[in-house]
Amino acid sequence: MPEPGLSHLKILELCNLVSGPYCTKLLADLGAEVIKIEPPGIGDETRRRGPFLEDIPHPERSGLYLYLNTNKLGITLDVGTSTGRSILRELIEQTDIFVEDNPPAMMEELGLTYEDLKQVNPRLVMTSITPFGQTGPYRNYKAYELNSFHGGGEGYLLPMQSPDLDREPVKGGGLVGDCICGLSASMATLAAAYSMVATGVGQHVDVSKQDVLMTMVGLDIAMFANNGIKRNRLRWPVLMPTPMKCQDGYIMLSVLNDREWRDLVEFMGNPSWAQDDRFNTWLERHLYSDEINPRVREWLQQYKKEEIFHQLQAKAIAAASVNTAEEVVKSPQLEYRGFFAEIDHPEAGKLKYPTAPYKFSRTPWRAERAAPLLGQHNEFVYCERLGYNRQDLVKMRESGVI
Amino acid sequence: MSGFALEGVRIADFCWLWAGSYATCLLAYLGAEVIKIESMARTDPSRMMTLTLGAQAFEGVENSPVFNSINLNKLSVRLNLKQPKAVELAKSIIRISDVVTQNMRPGSLDRLGLGYDVLKEIKPDIIMLSSSSYGAEGPLRTYGGYAPGFACYSGLANLTGYSDSPPNPMTGSTDLMSAATAAFSVVAALCHRQHTGQGQHIDLSSVESLAVFTGDALMDYTMNGRVQSRKGNQDRIRAPHNCYRCHGDDKWVSIAVSTEGEWQAFCEAIGNPEWAGDERFCDAYSRWKNQEELDRLVGEWTINYTHYEVTECLQKAGVAAMPSLSNEEILSDAHFKERNLAVEIEHPVMGKQLVVGPPWRLSETPARVTKSSPLIGEHNEYVFGELLGMSSEEIARLMDEEIIY
Repeated sequence: MPEPGLSHLKILELCNLVSGPYCTKLLADLGAEVIKIEPPGIGDETRRRGPFLEDIPHPERSGLYLYLNTNKLGITLDVGTSTGRSILRELIEQTDIFVEDNPPAMMEELGLTYEDLKQVNPRLVMTSITPFGQTGPYRNYKAYELNSFHGGGEGYLLPMQSPDLDREPVKGGGLVGDCICGLSASMATLAAAYSMVATGVGQHVDVSKQDVLMTMVGLDIAMFANNGIKRNRLRWPVLMPTPMKCQDGYIMLSVLNDREWRDLVEFMGNPSWAQDDRFNTWLERHLYSDEINPRVREWLQQYKKEEIFHQLQAKAIAAASVNTAEEVVKSPQLEYRGFFAEIDHPEAGKLKYPTAPYKFSRTPWRAERAAPLLGQHNEFVYCERLGYNRQDLVKMRESGVI
Repeated sequence: MSGFALEGVRIADFCWLWAGSYATCLLAYLGAEVIKIESMARTDPSRMMTLTLGAQAFEGVENSPVFNSINLNKLSVRLNLKQPKAVELAKSIIRISDVVTQNMRPGSLDRLGLGYDVLKEIKPDIIMLSSSSYGAEGPLRTYGGYAPGFACYSGLANLTGYSDSPPNPMTGSTDLMSAATAAFSVVAALCHRQHTGQGQHIDLSSVESLAVFTGDALMDYTMNGRVQSRKGNQDRIRAPHNCYRCHGDDKWVSIAVSTEGEWQAFCEAIGNPEWAGDERFCDAYSRWKNQEELDRLVGEWTINYTHYEVTECLQKAGVAAMPSLSNEEILSDAHFKERNLAVEIEHPVMGKQLVVGPPWRLSETPARVTKSSPLIGEHNEYVFGELLGMSSEEIARLMDEEIIY
């Protein structure tokens, strides 16, 4: 078994919900040692959020928690207590990277800012993931994923190609808004770690979720300044911009260049409407897409999505079926790549988990351990790492510190 | 000015289009020297056209704000890889590089003689990223795709939009998300190489880079056999949790109430209307169950104020609220300005351009925009002359032969 890629990095996590835990999950999955700190008794909020195994709420059976915390060690610690903070500082001494997602004001109050902690460990890389960053007038504002997504500017553009503005803008699906922030933070954190290993100098990485989400629509933002173009979710002329209905679902067609258009027309059997000279160039096909799109939609009625997906791809036309979670899980492609892995968990049992979108030739994604039970590694971390004895542990537990 | 986190890392970059270009742009923000290898014989389409500004073709190859925004800080050389001599020159660049990146269809670069098996012979510790729609192996490896297709096949589009409307593939952001994933994987491989001295190949699937963002829905299926569908802004248990219309033209505010404490604070902030004490809204479950009615009532309050007024009022009370911001509003937003996320740079052809830079603030090695995107072949002299030691005559001859083209 090859050594995992990031096995030389020790990471401490003081995060809740999705972005922060996803940031460190990515690193744990690649072999870094991640110790996740949770509040004693209740743990991470995702333990109380579903989906739950068999729909029975249980803090050790939340699919969301299980997914976001694979390969981590878990301890409980109340950093609200003075003893808790002093233990945290002991852990910081042994840590390369500290990732936290708490309100800046709270970290200041607790004496846990980067300025405080670099006194403890000058080589420390500390990453703070917050809704609006460490500076600026909104720094103490609160935001959940919904608010971040809309504050980041993409919500206002969705659903893209709306027929009118009667209905509310919406957020992206699933956990997209939170996960992209965790991913982006993870990249910057690793870059800072790379620099720390090279130079011995640690640093603070300030990640604003709003900033991350804004960069995802950076071009749209800049185009108002550069071109005076205002954007919203209203439809504008694009050739087949959104998925189209076929017999058993939706299919997305992306026909960009002339070759793809010619091949599509040929595949459709060279219908007379498509022979129009106005459809000859890329630009015109978009401008006159109002005339083309309904025809293609009508033509698609005869197909099932899987059938037309493969037939068009055989002609090198970029079609894609719109998949449900079930279809993603059953996709022969993802199956072939081993995208889902079975992981055994003491409370949730053996379950299939999504793994990672990248395959490293030397340092494979690992499923070394499932997400930790609440406080599962208290003894390992407090006794073996920090040298407390079992008696200390009992007292710390009784007093609510851990 | 302080150094960069990825100082000393050189990248031979065969990437193009959004998902490829932005990946190496992110690495260039962090100080990697990215040499974009392109050619007039195979021009990056984002140099020539866009759908984002409305379908639009640009004049020539140096007038694209789209290309500019996702190729900042990079260098560019021209190499027509259809010519064997150009392939040899590409290998010379790779020999002095740490990373090779590419997002052609799986197999294309191998056919040019630049596959990982060849490159690791030239440079044993090379890190190579191959990003493609579905991945380099498997039954769909030859299938092509663009951002909306990634969102569709990954399951993300099916979860985006109103419950009674078709699935929505989001915006071109999904390309940039795939790019961020690619950049992350490269930095991870660099860290591994720094520790062990070993290079490796990374095979990335853009489809899967979005599928991981639907982890909860995928787990719901593998755990419970449930197939989730899209539900607008709604949450699985929180309510109110939506966008509400405010005073003005298409102005909306997002409000999310999670805890009982936040609900109490919310009611107080909006002046404790009679309905707030209603049994239909007395606990989290009731609010979630009756959210349609709740949304209507909340909307009757928000419509009287601007989205900024609502935000300020609720944030003061400790309730999460934020306008659904338009691109125009973002540029004049006080917080946005103070974060300096956007910077103005000078492009040699387009002149002053506003670009949105890197999203992270690194205290010691700040990631930053140092220059506009390169003109095509702008750095031929530096790369072939200074780095590879070729004479100006030789470079001129190779240009005549359309090898450097």
